[in-house]
Amino acid sequence: MNDIAHLIQLLTVLLLAVFVGFEVISKVPTTLHTPLMSATNAIHGIVFIGAIVVVGTLFAGPTSPMLTVISVAALTLGAINVFGGFAVTERMLQMFKKKEGPRS
Amino acid sequence: MTVALSLANLVAVALFIYGLHQLNSPPTARAGNQLAMVGMAIALVSSLLQTQGVGWWAILVGVILGGTIGIVAALRVKMTAMPQMVALYNGAGGAAAAAISTLEFFVLASGNGENAVVSVSLVLSAIIGCLSFAGSIIAFLKLQELMTGRPITYPGQQIVNGLILLTILGLAGWFVVTLGTMPVLAFVGLLICALLLGVLFVLPIGGADMPVVISLLNSFTGLAVAVTGFEINSTLLIICGALVGASGTLLTVMMGKAMNRPLTNVLFGAFGSGGGSEPAAGSGGPQQIRSAGADDVAIMLAYASKVIFVPGYGMAVAQAQHSVKALADQLEKRGVQVLYAIHPVAGRMPGHMNVLLAESNVPYEQLLDMEDANPEFSTTDVALVIGANDVTNPAARSVKSSPIYGMPILDVDKAANVIVLKRSMRSGFAGIDNPLYEMPNTSMLFGDAKASVDALTSAVKAL
Repeated sequence: MNDIAHLIQLLTVLLLAVFVGFEVISKVPTTLHTPLMSATNAIHGIVFIGAIVVVGTLFAGPTSPMLTVISVAALTLGAINVFGGFAVTERMLQMFKKKEGPRS
Repeated sequence: MTVALSLANLVAVALFIYGLHQLNSPPTARAGNQLAMVGMAIALVSSLLQTQGVGWWAILVGVILGGTIGIVAALRVKMTAMPQMVALYNGAGGAAAAAISTLEFFVLASGNGENAVVSVSLVLSAIIGCLSFAGSIIAFLKLQELMTGRPITYPGQQIVNGLILLTILGLAGWFVVTLGTMPVLAFVGLLICALLLGVLFVLPIGGADMPVVISLLNSFTGLAVAVTGFEINSTLLIICGALVGASGTLLTVMMGKAMNRPLTNVLFGAFGSGGGSEPAAGSGGPQQIRSAGADDVAIMLAYASKVIFVPGYGMAVAQAQHSVKALADQLEKRGVQVLYAIHPVAGRMPGHMNVLLAESNVPYEQLLDMEDANPEFSTTDVALVIGANDVTNPAARSVKSSPIYGMPILDVDKAANVIVLKRSMRSGFAGIDNPLYEMPNTSMLFGDAKASVDALTSAVKAL
């Protein structure tokens, strides 16, 4: 029954993270909602780590060309999220300025 | 898992949460994003160190390919196209989650079955990931106008979707009961059904409802990532997925509230598909519309003491944000107070208008939410509506039979004068007449939003 205990532990983490998420995100002003969405795009790029883990077990044994292609696809998609998400958020947030700031 | 890796993940999570917290105000937001970047770097590097080089070349290819695509796209994308961009990123996350589950399926199908937790989370992550991916692609196609933004409906639509959903549930049940050792063909069928459902569920949703759809797909992707965390036993993925899911869900609820429509109505209502009130193009007969010239409007603006700009999707379509800022500069030079009133669902995604105006250097202090903007209109001399329609429709307040009755709107009609910049007398997305246009204090300035604003700017300059 160790499995069940472990599952409950993971569910606890999930629950707490959901509550923290609601708390933190509800403070974000409407003016920043677009950068918020692109920042969360970057954060769900964490699937890249999921891809690393799976590739690690997959490539330890014999693989097929199809699985190799799917692996590279998963890694690429995750990397797009991480790099693209942060870069576009940074680009947007640079534009939010106070009062008549100097023009760039 | 070593202690070092766990510790690195802990630091990463703390940075993500604190980074998101910093997004609570524009001055700190950039630092927040950078903290999240540091967190991601720590998480990625520590995970890479754990791989001991297995599959290093695949990881390298992924980073180079994905990094290049991601960064080039991020630097090139126009701010008006942000909704499409975010839709694609949502889709990429969903597809990645589904791909990981597919790999895991093959890894474990060759063994002697998995435990129940892994099989349930594997199949859920595959389904939600596919839904999110396919739905996002359709949303992208609609936003990019590669397909019609109008809702696509056909008889029996809900029944077809229901049958596909039942098939998915059946296959998923089979998967779980056999602990993931079902035939490959059945698993592929499951993926195809989930993709199909993703396509079919976004097809009937119209362009103006896109803020809701994008937020919802965002939360789907978060959910898919969180479930993937259960699949591979990673609290890091669970936490990040939960944060994204919470964010997407919160935005979905906010957008629904801003339209005063329950989510089910947005998803299944095919709003704006016509129904009883087809766009009244030309059918309205002689409406009492007053049309004004740029010179008259320029005088009105130049001698006002307070002007509120009300931007909508029309401003994005015409790429008029820089022209709007130029007009505001001219007016401010003459001592006119200029503010911007932004409805939560103006544009095609949450915060769309704010980013466009930020791009044209409008200070964010001048951008007012609906709650802050509405009390201002009664003391405003001129409200200048730039490509917004339904969000200014007073029928939402008073006409019980109107499809948008009850939707919170910007009270532009309370301003002393209302100028509406509009391409033609066509109704807005919802296909509803806007009584605002017939009010005695309203004048219409017809033409492309950018051309009209530019004409106003030069007219004000000439005064």
